[in-house]
Amino acid sequence: MSDQFEPVIVGFLCNWCSYRAADLAGTARIKYAPNLRILRVMCSGRVDPQFVLQALLNGADGVLIAGCHPGECHYVNGNIKTLRRFTLLRKTLEQWGIEPERVQLLWASASEGTVLAAAVDRMTEQIRDLGPLRWSQKVLNGNGAAHPVAEEA
Amino acid sequence: MTEKQNSPAGQEKVGVYICHCGSNIAGTINVDEVSEWIKGNPNVEVSRNYEFMCSSTGQELIENDIKEKGLTRVVVASCSPHMHEKTFREATERGGLNPFLFEMANIREHDSWATNNKEAATAKAKALVNAAVERVVHHKPLEKIPVDIDPKTMVVGGGIAGITAALELAEAGHHVYLVEREGTIGGHMAQIDKTFPTLDCSACILTPKMVDVGQNENITLLSYSEVESVDGYIGNFNITVRKKARCVDEELCTSCGICEEKCPQKVVDNNYGAGLSYRKAIYRAFPQAVPGYPVLDKENCTYFQTGKCKVCEKVCPTNAINYEQEDQLLNFNVGNIILATGYDLFDARKIPQYGYGRLPNVFSSLEFERMVNASGPTGGHILLRDGETEPKTIAIVHCVGSRDQNHNEYCSKVCCMYSLKFAHLVHEHLPEAEVYNYYIDMRTPGKGYEEFYHRLLKEGTHFIRGRVAEITDADRKPGEEGKLIVQSENTLLGVQQRNPVDMVILSAGIEARHDSEKVSKLFKMGCDYDGFFNERHPKLAPVSTMTDGIFIAGACQGPKDIPDTVAQGGAAASQVAKLISQGTVMMEPVRASIREDECSGCRICNNLCPYNAIEYDEEKKVSHVVTALCQGCGTCVAACPSGVIDGAHFTNTQILAELEGILWDMPTEMTVMEEV
Repeated sequence: MSDQFEPVIVGFLCNWCSYRAADLAGTARIKYAPNLRILRVMCSGRVDPQFVLQALLNGADGVLIAGCHPGECHYVNGNIKTLRRFTLLRKTLEQWGIEPERVQLLWASASEGTVLAAAVDRMTEQIRDLGPLRWSQKVLNGNGAAHPVAEEA
Repeated sequence: MTEKQNSPAGQEKVGVYICHCGSNIAGTINVDEVSEWIKGNPNVEVSRNYEFMCSSTGQELIENDIKEKGLTRVVVASCSPHMHEKTFREATERGGLNPFLFEMANIREHDSWATNNKEAATAKAKALVNAAVERVVHHKPLEKIPVDIDPKTMVVGGGIAGITAALELAEAGHHVYLVEREGTIGGHMAQIDKTFPTLDCSACILTPKMVDVGQNENITLLSYSEVESVDGYIGNFNITVRKKARCVDEELCTSCGICEEKCPQKVVDNNYGAGLSYRKAIYRAFPQAVPGYPVLDKENCTYFQTGKCKVCEKVCPTNAINYEQEDQLLNFNVGNIILATGYDLFDARKIPQYGYGRLPNVFSSLEFERMVNASGPTGGHILLRDGETEPKTIAIVHCVGSRDQNHNEYCSKVCCMYSLKFAHLVHEHLPEAEVYNYYIDMRTPGKGYEEFYHRLLKEGTHFIRGRVAEITDADRKPGEEGKLIVQSENTLLGVQQRNPVDMVILSAGIEARHDSEKVSKLFKMGCDYDGFFNERHPKLAPVSTMTDGIFIAGACQGPKDIPDTVAQGGAAASQVAKLISQGTVMMEPVRASIREDECSGCRICNNLCPYNAIEYDEEKKVSHVVTALCQGCGTCVAACPSGVIDGAHFTNTQILAELEGILWDMPTEMTVMEEV
């Protein structure tokens, strides 16, 4: 990890498929880039697009959202809603100058440890080529304050 | 950000425990460094590392620290929460804290096992542990939700898996609704002649079980019926079943069979008879059918097609025929559901080079199975399609549609064994005939299976290792005239072979039911790419599904033979019996709730919920969540534009705090946030 840029990627992984895929990748001792830091959500449908923005704002170089394959969602179709949101989010990010490779959506079933590991490796390489994001410094420059995600009482 | 205000430094006393897991974690991650470093977090009261946190000594560390040091929150950094979250929640509870004031950091599966880079692994572990600490500070005490279990059960599918499950439960004293799509229960096993490797007569061992089902007072048998809708959740499913009109009054019918005998309309029996035999328009699939009432097939009935006939009505001694009978919708409640919907046989027509459907003497395995059965179309004689000639040479082709990238990549598990059984039956029926089995690999795992293979080797079956390329009637050499030529490679000899034979049997593989995807959606559970239902865990929960209260048994989960199917039927029944004797189950309190006083009534969430758990109150003009229906996915929480839906245990505050904690080492960004 000397001179090479090591991106930090935040992963929002659904409890039922992709989190288990990451578990399986570990259990099967598949080695992949240690750049992904995983947060567990019950369903990829729980991923509020503002979480993604907040992650980028907090310094992540990339965000991976991973869920069950379409049709295999534990919650019937939460992943389809994720896909809809992701499509819109990506368009928005593009307008802010954030490269599409930085925020990716992946389907990985609980048996697809290899798929998840390969995706992390690929994404790490892509973002390494792009370089650090440092969004709040480079892009927002302190001006573009994000709308805070609503809090519960 | 409010989460900062919510948890000023030092408000909570967090105990952090880093597990070595022998060398599984400590071999890659510097656990001393991580546990020393996390002490710098202002909320951390105690930080320890220990060899095996899941051991009783490890758990006692947590319990004692809660009692002695007054911890208010617990974080264990070890394996996946899917492995030991329950263990440590219980330890937290024994220490005197609410079990939900615990959080787990996965530094084994997601970190130490996933990389060899020790430096990076340690840095990642710090981020994951810090995230867990930041998150747990915002945890709230939660209570599990108790749900009563209705002791009635629905079993869908009346094959051997469903029959076994229904009987096990009924004999334990629980009521079962057994729903079967066809007119009779029995399934595929009723079509099979002999079972491998013992060569038991399949019908002889199956039909007594079918009779037991028909006679058991605890079983409501709904044949010729299909499930229309499934609502509710574990313990309280509401089911609607369509009982299709069979035009026979079950109260009056005595199953005498005269209607079937006198019916003038013959129909090719494509279902039970595999297209080789005829049935009548009013029929029972086979004489031992349970229930014994016939079904009137309206599409082929002369009366329904032309308006004339009514022979069955005239001959019925009890006036049980009712042409006006309509489909009935039955509604009932059950606590649990077992799906045993079985499989479809691969359609060999999809491999045109094998000639099935084009070359008359190419038979499917099911056709052969019927043919060799004493009650089948040829009375148990193995004959060519002309119905007269006995074949002298027979080729049996394994792996038709299985282990084939063009069709199904998986191994169908039973075909090698039933192909061996076919070879044996040919030797038995036609001792002079030569049998050639074309196989890729001989797969005979199972009790007595390999021995059966050896028996066949001694019986003189010719085994040729190689996939068949083509079956053709185009003769090229003397001796091939009028024969089917099986073109294949013999991979043991390393040669191409042409083998003229009289008859070919295609050992078709097992496929998921053509409508399994639809069924999986109806029951709100998942199926895989091949259409087989997903089990909760491939090793440790093979008959449970991701949906609580719904279990699977038999070939609907994946290809399997009769012993495995029966075992799964029994296993599913015991899972249900366990829940029934518990009486109540405790559900995870991960549920959404809406703060009604802040809800704007926009109704965006209403249509998002896959369980229709969000209702709109017309009077108050706000939405609210029906907790009993909510499954806790959080899709609505993410969508609420007012941010007034809380997803318990996955609140915005908790997730954002975790996010901040996981990115603790990313510089400078916080300056912007503080200006907000």
